Amino acid sequence: MRKRGAGSVWMILPLYIFTLIFVALPLLYVIALSFSTADGGYGVNWKFTLDNYKQILEPVYLQTFTGSFRLAITSTLIICLIGYPFGYFMAKLSEGKKKLAMLFLMLPFWVNSLIRLYGWIIILQKKGLLNYILMKLGLIQEPLKILYSYPAIVIGMVYVLLPFMALSVYSSAEKLDWSLIEAARDLGAGRWQAFWSVTFKLTLPGLLSGVILTFIPSMGLFFIADILGGNKIVLVGSLIQEQMTRGNNWPFAAALAVVLMVLTTLMIVVYRKITNVKELEGIG
Amino acid sequence: MKKNSKLSGLYLGILFFLMYLPIGVVVVFSFNEARLPVRFTGFSMKWYQELFQDRDMIQALKNSLILAVSSCGVSAVIGTLGAVGLSRIHWKTKGVMEYISILPLMIPEIILGMVLMAFFYMLHLPFGMLTLLIGHTVFCVPYILMEVKARLVGMDPSLEEAARDLGAGSFRAFWDITLPLIMPAVISGSLLAFAMSMDDVVISIFVTGPRVSTLPIKVYTQMKTGVTPEINALCTIMLGAILLVLAVYLILGKRGKGNKR
Repeated sequence: MRKRGAGSVWMILPLYIFTLIFVALPLLYVIALSFSTADGGYGVNWKFTLDNYKQILEPVYLQTFTGSFRLAITSTLIICLIGYPFGYFMAKLSEGKKKLAMLFLMLPFWVNSLIRLYGWIIILQKKGLLNYILMKLGLIQEPLKILYSYPAIVIGMVYVLLPFMALSVYSSAEKLDWSLIEAARDLGAGRWQAFWSVTFKLTLPGLLSGVILTFIPSMGLFFIADILGGNKIVLVGSLIQEQMTRGNNWPFAAALAVVLMVLTTLMIVVYRKITNVKELEGIG
Repeated sequence: MKKNSKLSGLYLGILFFLMYLPIGVVVVFSFNEARLPVRFTGFSMKWYQELFQDRDMIQALKNSLILAVSSCGVSAVIGTLGAVGLSRIHWKTKGVMEYISILPLMIPEIILGMVLMAFFYMLHLPFGMLTLLIGHTVFCVPYILMEVKARLVGMDPSLEEAARDLGAGSFRAFWDITLPLIMPAVISGSLLAFAMSMDDVVISIFVTGPRVSTLPIKVYTQMKTGVTPEINALCTIMLGAILLVLAVYLILGKRGKGNKR
C-alpha cells in the first residue's frame, strides 16, 4: 500500500508546489503585510505595528464597515424572504418540473454577472424601460431616479445572490421527509404550526447556509456598488480596491482584508455550531 | 392543495421571469436600430459591425481567449494529477493541502485579487499576461480538482491495480488506465474553468497590467461610463459563447454519468 503511494508522489507535486506558492504564501504575506508600516508609494516598511488595525476603528472607516454590514444585512434579509419560498416551492414541484427549474436556476450562474447587471442598468436608468412603462401607464409623471441610488445596489445584490439562497434552501427542503408534516397535522397541529415546528426547523440549515453564501460575497462585491450605485456608497470591498490602486496604502488594505476574512470565517464557525445543535435537537 | 400549487407556480414563474428579464433586455436591444434602449424601433446588426471594427475590443477578446485556454490547460494538468495523487497517497498533510487548494473558491474574490496583487508585486513579476495566467490558474485548479475527485470516488481501483500487477509503472498505469476513465470529468472541469476564466472581472482587475485588457475588464470599464448598444452586442456574443460551452458541458456530463452505470 505504502509503496504504491510512493510511486504517485510525482503526481501530487505540481498541486502541492502550486498551492503552496500561489495560495498559501500570498495569504501569509498579506497577513504579515497587515502588521507592517506603510512607507509612501508602494513601499512597505517591515516594522511591526498595529496601527493599520487601529486605523480601521477611525470613524470614517468604521462607517464603511457598518455601511457594508447594513447593506449586507438588508440584502440578505430580502434574499431570505424571497429565496426561502423560492427554494421551498421548487422542492415541492413534480420530478420533471424540478429538473427544469434546476436548469433555469443554474443557468444564470454561467452568465457573467456583469452582463446581468448591465440589463438592470438598461431597465432602471432615467430614460430606461421601467420609467418608460410607468410613465406610459400614467403611474408617475416624472421619471424615478432609481439607478445610482441605494435601492439600485440592493436590487443588484439581491439579483446576483438570490440563486445561492434558493439553491441551498432547495437542497435541504428536497431531503425533507414530508410524512413528518403529515404526522404533525394528524396530531392536531394547524397548517402554520406544522410548518414552523417541523418544516422550518428542518430546513433551517439550508436557510443558514444560504445566509452565509449571500452575506459573505455581499461584503466584497464592490463592482455592484460601482456600477449600479455610481460609487456613491463605499463598501469594504471598494475601500480595499481603492487603497490598493489609488490610495497606495497596502498595509491598510491588507488589514481590511484580514478583518474581512476573520469576520467571514467567524460566520462559518457560528453557522457550524448552530446547525450542529439543531441537528442534535432534531434527532433527539 | 390545488390552489396552493397554482400560487407557488405563479410565484416561481414571476421570479424566473425577473431573473431572465435583464438578460433578455440586453439581447433584444443589441439588435435594436435606435441608440436608446427604450423602444424597439427596428432590427439591425449595425452594433455588431461597429463592435468588430473596434481594435481594442478584438485585442481584448484575443487576450481573453488565450488566457482562458492556457490557464485552463495548466489547471487541467495540475488539478487532474493532483486529484489522482491525493486519492493515492496517505500523507498527514493531505487534508490540509486539499483544504488550501480549494480555498480560492471560498474566500471573497476581492480578497483573493488583492492578495495576489500584493504578492506578485513583492516578487517583482511584470503585471500582464503572466500574472493574469497565474491568477486565473489559482481559481481554475479547484474546479478541475473537485470534478475529477468526484469522478474518482465512483471508480474501481482494481483496474489500475491490475495494470500495476502486470508490470506497468505508475505513469503507464495512469496514462493507459486512469486517465481515459476520468477524461469526462477532466473535460467538464476544464470547461467550467474555461467559463469562469472568460467571466472573471474582480481578480483580473487586480492582477492585470496597465496595457493588458480582457473582455470582462473592457466591459466593466465601458459600463461605468454608461450604456452603449455596442456593449449590448458584446454581451450577447459572450452570452452565446457561454451557452455553447454550457451545452457541451451538459452533453459530456450526461455521457459521463451514462458510462458510470
